[in-house]
Amino acid sequence: MASHITPHSPQARLWNRPRLPVGRWGLILGAVIIAAIFVIAVFAPWLAPHPPYEQSLSDRLVRPVFMEGGTWNHLLGTDHLGRDYLSRLIYGARLSLMVGFGTILLSAVVGISLGLLAGYFGGRTDLAVMFILTVRLSLPIMLAAISLVGLLGNSLFLMMVILASFLWDQFLVVTRSLTMRYRDAEFVLAARASGLSDIRIMLSEILPNLLSPLVVVATLEMAHAILLEAALSFLGLGIRPPDTSWGLMIAEAKDFVFFESWLVNIPGLAIFVLVAGITFLGEGLRVWLAPDNSQ
Amino acid sequence: MAYYIARRLGLAVMVMLTISLLSFLMLKMSGDLAISMAGEGSGADYVEFLRKTYGWDKPLIVQYGDWLWKALRGDIGTSFYYGSPVLDLVAKSMPVTLTLGAWAIVIALGTAIPLGMAAGSRPGSWIDRIALFIALIGVSTPIFWLSFVLILVLGLEFAVLPISGGGTPAHFVMPAIALAFYSMPAIIRISRAGMIDVMRSDYIRTARAKGLRPHQIYLGHALRNTLVPVVAVASVQFGFLLGGSVVVENIFALHGIGYLTWEAINQNDYPVVQAALLTVSSAYVVLTLLADLLNVMIDPRIRLD
Repeated sequence: MASHITPHSPQARLWNRPRLPVGRWGLILGAVIIAAIFVIAVFAPWLAPHPPYEQSLSDRLVRPVFMEGGTWNHLLGTDHLGRDYLSRLIYGARLSLMVGFGTILLSAVVGISLGLLAGYFGGRTDLAVMFILTVRLSLPIMLAAISLVGLLGNSLFLMMVILASFLWDQFLVVTRSLTMRYRDAEFVLAARASGLSDIRIMLSEILPNLLSPLVVVATLEMAHAILLEAALSFLGLGIRPPDTSWGLMIAEAKDFVFFESWLVNIPGLAIFVLVAGITFLGEGLRVWLAPDNSQ
Repeated sequence: MAYYIARRLGLAVMVMLTISLLSFLMLKMSGDLAISMAGEGSGADYVEFLRKTYGWDKPLIVQYGDWLWKALRGDIGTSFYYGSPVLDLVAKSMPVTLTLGAWAIVIALGTAIPLGMAAGSRPGSWIDRIALFIALIGVSTPIFWLSFVLILVLGLEFAVLPISGGGTPAHFVMPAIALAFYSMPAIIRISRAGMIDVMRSDYIRTARAKGLRPHQIYLGHALRNTLVPVVAVASVQFGFLLGGSVVVENIFALHGIGYLTWEAINQNDYPVVQAALLTVSSAYVVLTLLADLLNVMIDPRIRLD
């Protein structure tokens, strides 16, 4: 019924993230990029050549090694406080992945639970859940997120909670439609006949079938979360100095953009590579896991 | 049809009421309005007086009712920082954001539809790969970095466009291009997919068999049917752009609704934040409502579901 009165809006939101026809090589490329960044993030303390917070006023704005005036001591140069840029970049990877994983874990719980309830019970439950979805989609993510950060403060955990409270919609849409498809399947009817409770049926009979499409959703929403964190930090409403985030690095460098544009371009490129890698991985997985419905 | 429209309108009203309740609660959570209004160092009886005058001592639900009643008549509060009615601030900044959003959606549609259609008519070709690459940039590039790249290239290297402020139409070009990238992936995808569907259909085969030229087939037959879903997506995307413009407005110093909100958050001016959220949300609700109604008119099958 709810889909009857909201024929297009939730689906239109799905189109916001295009399906890219990513082939096998795209999938491999994405996986390699993510694996590399993951390793860098985990081993950050051993890989970073300098402590990321160590300031050195005599070494301010040293250029990267590939530019004129660069030194091998600071491969990617130093920022306006003389902190080693490569080390800050490496620690920033840690933060991006932490925000990405943390956010999708929280939002998956919300979206999948609501989707299972709506799809399994249908009727009024479905109507109520779809109404919540419609309200959520009507709220502008960026504006609402910065308002909440301003209101509640900006610890790392709080930011993940705030982002997660907006990014569950895809989990809901996918879970709901697939649960509807399985609701009257024979194995579910059999489970019901053998006396399993509704919750058991949802969690142990239906949910395992949704795993692969949900992995795809999780991957793509992780990219979304990472971009939002970067934007929040850029606006000064996310990660606070002296902690490091790629968005924050760009914000701190923006006064120097006309003279030392590499300060902005290096973290910008880092975000692009990470998010593009995740997108390749997600789209590649979509094609790989369900070759029949990929366009 | 009348039944469908009535239901759809009812839904829009209910969504707006829920959002107004949420934003009212946000305002309440932001702190004691009476203390904020009285200012630092005022006596307790003055704060108490303010509380009484504005009805902030009543139960929350009564306060919401009062607030909603006032809001419906155009009084959505007073800015702590500027001291002027919030409605004036919003009314002053909304045209900037609407102009920016309109430029951005026009740029996005103007490039993404031809690109998506060209890509869809020959999947796997080089033009398809270019479309894919542009979509990838749109999905993966943080908009603030893209803005800086545009500033460095168009504003500094070639010095063809102004880099800050909102005085002339030229000031809107760069921010609009940056913002347009945000919407292009969705439009490329939907027009590409639509094109693939259309090219498989029988009437295109008939048109080919009749010996029509390619441009007659594309423009006369395929374009119209590809556009139907694009209309819906474009209106929704326009709604996204209004809310998503905060970063771009910040970089290019455009004093639109996003900039106003960002500024108000930093000044703890929550009546303004609340009004901005309400305005952008209602714009989105109205846009999706129009899109859905438009769809019913274009495609009668939706009504019969």
